[in-house]
Amino acid sequence: MSRVITRRRFLIGSTLTASALGLSGCDALVESDRPKSVLKIAEGFSMKTQRFLLGDKALAREFSEADLSPVFRSNGTSMPDNPQYLDWMSRQFSTWRLDVGGLVEKPSQFSLAQLKAMPSRTQITRHDCVEGWSAIGKWTGLPLGALLQSVGLKPEARYIVFHCADEYEKTLDGSGWYYESIDLVDALHPQTILAYSMNGRDLEVAHGAPLRLRVERQLGYKQAKYLTRIEAVADLGRLYGGSGGFWEDRGYEWYAGI
Amino acid sequence: MATIDARAKTGRMLIYRHSLAVRLSHWVNVLCLTVLLFSGLQIFNAHPALYWGQYGADNDPSFIAMEAVEDGDRAKGLTHVGSFTFNTTGFLGLSNVDGEATARGFPSWLTLPSYQDLSTGRRWHFFFAWLFVLNGSVYLLHGLISRHFRRDLAPEGKELTLAHLGQEVANHARLRFPKGAEARHYNTLQKLTYLAVIFLLLPLMVATGLTMSPGFNAVAPWLLDVFGGRQSARTLHFLTAFSLVAFVVVHVAMVILSGVFNNLRSMITGYYSIEQGDE
Repeated sequence: MSRVITRRRFLIGSTLTASALGLSGCDALVESDRPKSVLKIAEGFSMKTQRFLLGDKALAREFSEADLSPVFRSNGTSMPDNPQYLDWMSRQFSTWRLDVGGLVEKPSQFSLAQLKAMPSRTQITRHDCVEGWSAIGKWTGLPLGALLQSVGLKPEARYIVFHCADEYEKTLDGSGWYYESIDLVDALHPQTILAYSMNGRDLEVAHGAPLRLRVERQLGYKQAKYLTRIEAVADLGRLYGGSGGFWEDRGYEWYAGI
Repeated sequence: MATIDARAKTGRMLIYRHSLAVRLSHWVNVLCLTVLLFSGLQIFNAHPALYWGQYGADNDPSFIAMEAVEDGDRAKGLTHVGSFTFNTTGFLGLSNVDGEATARGFPSWLTLPSYQDLSTGRRWHFFFAWLFVLNGSVYLLHGLISRHFRRDLAPEGKELTLAHLGQEVANHARLRFPKGAEARHYNTLQKLTYLAVIFLLLPLMVATGLTMSPGFNAVAPWLLDVFGGRQSARTLHFLTAFSLVAFVVVHVAMVILSGVFNNLRSMITGYYSIEQGDE
């Protein structure tokens, strides 16, 4: 919203002032570990309740062409600052490959052309940013379930992790790589697709070219852009911050259904 | 309402006014609504604009929005309401954070936590949303089973006449509150207000909140139709929150004007003192 202070400057500024000047009573409470762990209970309740009520197959609302947002805002990274990515981009992603590995029977690599040749699904859905705004877009891609079936999941696999080509914000430990994860309920959901097209055209760079994830029953930060590698894992603890995603490592819920 | 009477020496009499379930759920509600409001404003600040319909982002027309803009070498806070723009520097759009003018919708002293931290705001909001829903469910069940709603809150036919309501409005305006036997039960304005809060505003908060959830949209897509979309629901969530703030302001004012001590005692111990002799 602000034209004066960019979001990043604003976040950095407010974090520094909060730590430098000490926290007021309420802030000291919200910062301490015990209340934090108690508050986390709510995420479990929300996930279990939603999963109980919606089951595995309930679909997110799909809209009509008339409902499409005239301008679909891009968020997070809009141009990955990564030499490898820039090279792919300069070659129209013809040398880009999606690596599918981890706990799968047949680790494989797919070119964009191969992915586009597989069965596809088109859906007009709403993108809900955790910040509160929404946009409606038309996505075409291949169902993740079909891709996983073609490589064969091993029985131990419980989560699907998405590795991305963008470093969103370098953190002190040097790793700001964007990544995300979902469980098999969402991975095998019919609307969970790897999208290569938006609003009838190839995905634009700002929206995650050449391939991004759509998990329509969760919030925007789950919809990882710039996919390079998909990994099936048994647990999320060994990845980066251990919470299963870039924003999850920074305090956001892993289950982003609300 | 008055079932157990206890004679007091002062010529006043204590009546048992609020059951334990009502008192407990009232104070849990005070806690929940307080945290929900301040953490809700934190969440709102992540994108301080409201829209109508199925979608809404920066480029879409909003009817309430707050922003900070440059004004020469200084910055100022603007609040847009429809086609009107107000300079709200220092309060909305731009306010001081530790002495520094900072772009934010609502000021630090109205958000939990005070600094911008959406994820923490959400954690507090959803935890207390669950507590609020559980508390409300227990209260509603109790109200039905104990006949609290029918006995204490449902207005009688004669209370709903224009003459009676007009009289009560006039009495309220003159700050003349019921005494003696009249004070044994809620007056009609109280009954109607409490009913509206319990059965309209609070459920509306929960329903519009759930309508913003992409997961819950898959559970109950009809909610999107009821409220006309996620962004309409978000706007209604915000407007209903401010209706509740308005209710609390009036409620607390009435508590103070009609006797802080007596009212607080009755909401803590259950016992309310009325004047004797008007039986």
